[in-house]
Amino acid sequence: MSGPRESARRDEAQWIEVLRAGGLTTVQDLGRPGWAHLGVPRSGAMDPYALRLANRLVGNPEPAAALETTMTGCTVRLHRAGTVAVTGAPAVLRVGGRAVDTGGPVAVPAGAVVELGPARQGVRSYLAIAGGITVEPVLGSRATDTLSGLGPAPLTDGDTLPVGPVTAGPAPVDFLPDVPPPAELDLRVRLGPRQDWFTPEAVRALLGTAYTIGSMSNRVGARLAGAALPRAVPGELPSEGVVLGAVQVPADGQPLIFLADHPTTGGYPVIAVLDDVLPLAQARPGTIVRFHGPVAGPIARP
Amino acid sequence: MWIRPVGARALLLECADSAEVETWRAELWRRREAGELVAVDIVPAARTVLVDGVPDAGEAAELVAGWTPRPAADSRDGDYLEVPTVYDGEDLSAVAELWQVDVDTAVARISGTELRVAFCGFAPGFAYLDGFPDGWAVPRLPSPRPRVPAGAVALAGPYAGIYPSASPGGWRLVGRTGMRLFDVHRDPPARLVPGTRVRLVPA
Repeated sequence: MSGPRESARRDEAQWIEVLRAGGLTTVQDLGRPGWAHLGVPRSGAMDPYALRLANRLVGNPEPAAALETTMTGCTVRLHRAGTVAVTGAPAVLRVGGRAVDTGGPVAVPAGAVVELGPARQGVRSYLAIAGGITVEPVLGSRATDTLSGLGPAPLTDGDTLPVGPVTAGPAPVDFLPDVPPPAELDLRVRLGPRQDWFTPEAVRALLGTAYTIGSMSNRVGARLAGAALPRAVPGELPSEGVVLGAVQVPADGQPLIFLADHPTTGGYPVIAVLDDVLPLAQARPGTIVRFHGPVAGPIARP
Repeated sequence: MWIRPVGARALLLECADSAEVETWRAELWRRREAGELVAVDIVPAARTVLVDGVPDAGEAAELVAGWTPRPAADSRDGDYLEVPTVYDGEDLSAVAELWQVDVDTAVARISGTELRVAFCGFAPGFAYLDGFPDGWAVPRLPSPRPRVPAGAVALAGPYAGIYPSASPGGWRLVGRTGMRLFDVHRDPPARLVPGTRVRLVPA
């Protein structure tokens, strides 16, 4: 597809061929933090724990790049014999037509097809390949950023991706607990930095009512539906830096939680920030979300 | 300067104006270089500086609150860059009309002002350049163009900006440059980093 991928294909001893890309399959690692002042989002795996585990299972360093699928799985063919592992959202995995277990290293013969089916629960599965996906890094990361377009484009049928040399054997002792994602999420938040732009009723609604994850959610953000969060201060907030897990409230009053590919700055006020966005990585549209947490006010400079 | 908590790992410094933002931006970058501050990202914006990825937001807030930044005159440490600009933008005459001057005077105003990268956002390498006097602010287009070409030099609100890559955009196009402003193979990848002084010189 792209120039770098083609040249990498010639130079590398190993590559994979994408037979079925699925709805949204991307290359992900741990992202590119530290460039936000240049407008570059952090990006990276939505479920970094699952990515790290998949890499350990095939003997890769934890930050290696792997494939992140979205609900629909994907199908790839390995050029040479190798080892793969699937973590994250559970799904049927077949190698050469035969069903195999996820959550552990799987030996794949040369030329065999690896089929990862749709997620049975959760949203995102991680397919790691021994050696890691070695597309050219961009600003230190191979992650696909769906907002800014940095990193490789989302996969399409027929793509080829280079795989690096295998450096170590699969980890023998990792354990994958099979815990289904809950139908209701309790998310701990801290109010601020702009809770004073909202009415007390808005803060009560945020902390006291249930929200539902909407179908327009993606790697940029989880869109929620529920009680609107009325503003106490009208008008525009000058653009300011925003963080992973920020609960931003656009003009319609329905909150939006910023996830891996969130923009580096935003102009809508942020009413609260999540302690941890990890549960949202596997939360399907329709999941109920409840916020709870301490109430913090602005700190005046002494 | 006020400090607002942003979750468990970040804080937001709220400043009086763009000059105080630049003062704190320079101070925080200097402190981080000197090993006095641990932070993954320091992100200046219109009226704030975000300090993200600190080990503990409460401790970082106490630390920062104890600092007095160097005065603004000493913090003008940015590189100086001349951006060769062809002033033939589709909205140049409209901008001149808003300013109630002729087109040549509008070009002289833009090219004659030393601008400074206040912050980046919107897209990788997109810099908000400030430095125009109050009263020169121009409104955005009523509806954005579906595609603005890479290198377009444009104005909106109090800022000038240069689109690093083709994208939709609602700023008023006054010209274009062939200078490449964002290249992932360079270090830093953006030519226009916060603090950089810029002049949009006629090409």
